[in-house]
Amino acid sequence: MFNLFKFSSPASFYPLAGRLVTLFAIASVILLAIGLYMSFFVAPTDYKQGEGYRIMFIHVPAAWMSMLIYVVMACWAAAGMIWNTRLSSMMATSLAPTGAMFTFIALWTGALWGKPMWGAWWVWDARLTSELILLFLYVGFMALESAIDDPRRAARASGLLALVGVVNIPIIYYSVQWWNTLHQGSTIDFSKGGGVEISMSEIMLWTLLIMTFACWFYTIAVALNRVRSIILEREADSAWVKTLLKGAKS
Amino acid sequence: MRDLTLAMRHRSDVLTTVFFFIIVVSLFPLGVGPDAQLLKEMAAGVVWVAALLASMLSLTRLFADDYHDGTLEQLLLVPQPLSLIVLGKVLAHWIISGLPLVLMSPLLGLQFGLEGDALLMLMLTLLIGTPVLSLLGAIGAALTLGLRGGGVLVSLLVLPLYIPVLIFGAGAVTSNAMGMGAEGHLSLMGAILLLALVLAPWASAAALRISLE
Repeated sequence: MFNLFKFSSPASFYPLAGRLVTLFAIASVILLAIGLYMSFFVAPTDYKQGEGYRIMFIHVPAAWMSMLIYVVMACWAAAGMIWNTRLSSMMATSLAPTGAMFTFIALWTGALWGKPMWGAWWVWDARLTSELILLFLYVGFMALESAIDDPRRAARASGLLALVGVVNIPIIYYSVQWWNTLHQGSTIDFSKGGGVEISMSEIMLWTLLIMTFACWFYTIAVALNRVRSIILEREADSAWVKTLLKGAKS
Repeated sequence: MRDLTLAMRHRSDVLTTVFFFIIVVSLFPLGVGPDAQLLKEMAAGVVWVAALLASMLSLTRLFADDYHDGTLEQLLLVPQPLSLIVLGKVLAHWIISGLPLVLMSPLLGLQFGLEGDALLMLMLTLLIGTPVLSLLGAIGAALTLGLRGGGVLVSLLVLPLYIPVLIFGAGAVTSNAMGMGAEGHLSLMGAILLLALVLAPWASAAALRISLE
């Protein structure tokens, strides 16, 4: 019988995470190479926005990831509260910096794109503002986490904060539909009568998807790698870490 | 519960908050210049931002005094649910820091040249909005209880959560001034208030438990 909870113990998760890190890191590098090649050379020039639209291939995945990572982080935080597992809150902690990075990339590339298209680096538009709030939420999460010395209390307090902040995610996601703002609507729409409606060429969609998966795998690899360090740090006094470190040294 | 309110009354907290509010609002005309038209357009936003900062000023003291003299630990042991006690404390906080702001706002609005109708709207949005500020702030205050540099941290945690209230609150006044009607903004704010009223005391109670472990 495969036991899911077997891996909720840091000691058994550590080697598994090590193997997964290599797997996802390789996958992400390959996909990133393909995705970047396609986005620069294969995807056709957009008839309206010219070459400048190519920044979308990093902007959209980054924006998606910024929201998704927050939701995943909140789920881990919730799991940590419900089952009181150490690993869950470690996962939440390890996801936060990557999420903040993607939020920042989304804002930054959006600004680079906005300058030639809208003629302004920054517009006080609903989506932009709420994405900025998301960045603040990440920063607040990390600040609270690092302000509390006791790791267990830090994990629970920041977990609660993550859960409170999750309210913001649907607001960002639907902001384009709720408020008619400058930011263009989603190009991929799942809502219309079950079918997926796509208003871009197929090759662009594929490039976008590949880039998204590249970002996704990158996140998994980085987060797992970070959680491995956190595990070693927090469990430094336990027997298995000591034997592990001894083995590595000799 | 009422004695908490009474205990919090004989302090200079109220005056500090109100004067902070007035000073921040007065700083804006000095900063941007006395252009009457510009000030009139900015009025709602300025008053709202000042209210946000003023209500945050007293947040750190929401639980801190009880925490230091040990009352809070006693309150955890009381048979009544903790969220109810938190709600009482939040209500007390709102009465000493939120309500005076609401009462002062028409006067400040007048200084910015707002008309009667807009003044009423400003007061109404603040009346709905400031309890939300106190409720959300309680979560932040409870989370940062007894931490180094808690005051700065509270602002970092709480301000992002305040933003929706700010947008709808100031938006209601602006759209009312432009003659578009503010029902949409007002009902959204009402929804936020109800949601915060249900969830925030519970979340702050959980945060208090974490902080007092």
